[in-house]
Amino acid sequence: MKIFLSNQGNLRNFKRFAESLDLSRSNKLEIKTHTKWVTVHPANLVLAAALAIQVGKKNAEIVGYVPETGRYLDRMGLYSLTKTSSPFVYHKKEEAGRFVPIKIIKTSKNQSRFITDVIPLLHLSEENATIVKYVIGELVRNVLEHSFAQNGAIVAAQYYKKTNRVSIGICDTGIGIWKSLQTYWHPKNDIAALKLALTPGITGTTRREGGTAENAGAGLFFIKSIAKITRNYFVIYSGNAEYTLLKHKKRIKGMPRLYADPDRDPHSDTSKAANFQGTLVAVDISLDETPEFNDLLASIGKVYDKAIRERKRARYRIPKFI
Amino acid sequence: MKKIFKIRKYAGDFAENKDIAKELRIEKIMPALSKHNEVVLDFDGVNGATQSFIHALISDPIRELQDVAFDNLFYKNTNDNIREIISIVYRYMQESFRNS
Repeated sequence: MKIFLSNQGNLRNFKRFAESLDLSRSNKLEIKTHTKWVTVHPANLVLAAALAIQVGKKNAEIVGYVPETGRYLDRMGLYSLTKTSSPFVYHKKEEAGRFVPIKIIKTSKNQSRFITDVIPLLHLSEENATIVKYVIGELVRNVLEHSFAQNGAIVAAQYYKKTNRVSIGICDTGIGIWKSLQTYWHPKNDIAALKLALTPGITGTTRREGGTAENAGAGLFFIKSIAKITRNYFVIYSGNAEYTLLKHKKRIKGMPRLYADPDRDPHSDTSKAANFQGTLVAVDISLDETPEFNDLLASIGKVYDKAIRERKRARYRIPKFI
Repeated sequence: MKKIFKIRKYAGDFAENKDIAKELRIEKIMPALSKHNEVVLDFDGVNGATQSFIHALISDPIRELQDVAFDNLFYKNTNDNIREIISIVYRYMQESFRNS
């Protein structure tokens, strides 16, 4: 497998990144970077980390010349997952208030500890920390519950002070979305599976409206909606499909409108990404654009109710006019 | 009889662990409601909760016991976010079983 980390590693360009991956020869991983400047989003980082963990340290390496900006890969913990020694010598800055390096979460207890101990390192206000905890809590739980990933959830986050934005990436090398929805929903391909997973009320554990006692099929819809309301990107990648929620234009005033159908949101998608056995979800949250969290939840909740109502109505018997 | 469960004691200050929610539901909430006891879920010291946690905590009592749950489940010391999430779960659970 080969991953190229470019100088444009952000969610806007994630589709191109996913299409450029070479995931053949799944027992070996080579990571290469742009030779002048490397920029990675936590999404790029957790994907590389998840694959490195999957092939094992001795089969993963960072090859070629890595520019000075590549020391970020070392600081975030990528080198330590490969057999390549870091060429960088530098004074390690304090993590607090800046980033959460690559972490592996395998159990719900790990997850709770991560949320309690690690998220405060981002030094966010209580309201903003709640949003980040919410997003990570839901996404990691999805991995632990639905992915059957032996290596758990791989998580990384970065706070950008200048833009007051938090970027989060979560990845696993489990069964992927298509397979997790097969029992009840039978999506015809990976892209159909991604869109089903983003639809409110759709869970891989039942077809019943309202879900099971443990699952309502709301998690991904809530996270995508948080990204939309805060006018940011959201990415989901599994199998050969990738979906990017595009940034809601700033010139459009008021709270962005939410839709149950992910096809109605401004987005790009592809079925030509490299076939990734697992799932990656990434999101940017602009903390300046975030309304009161309870207002945000209320808006999301309304769309969720409406989706359930409409789906029930779609199943009503109709009169037979002859 | 009134049973009070302090969520912070079980789930900490951010309630996201669904395993804990499930355990609380099965071992404490459902048995108490089934005996028509009043159940108070006290969120004192809890700053936030995920929808998944709240769903795992109360969706089954609502679905299985309906009016018994509506009449006997009480929520105390909830902040605006937690209140909103509980309200969302109440709405969509009722939406899901209405006329079904």
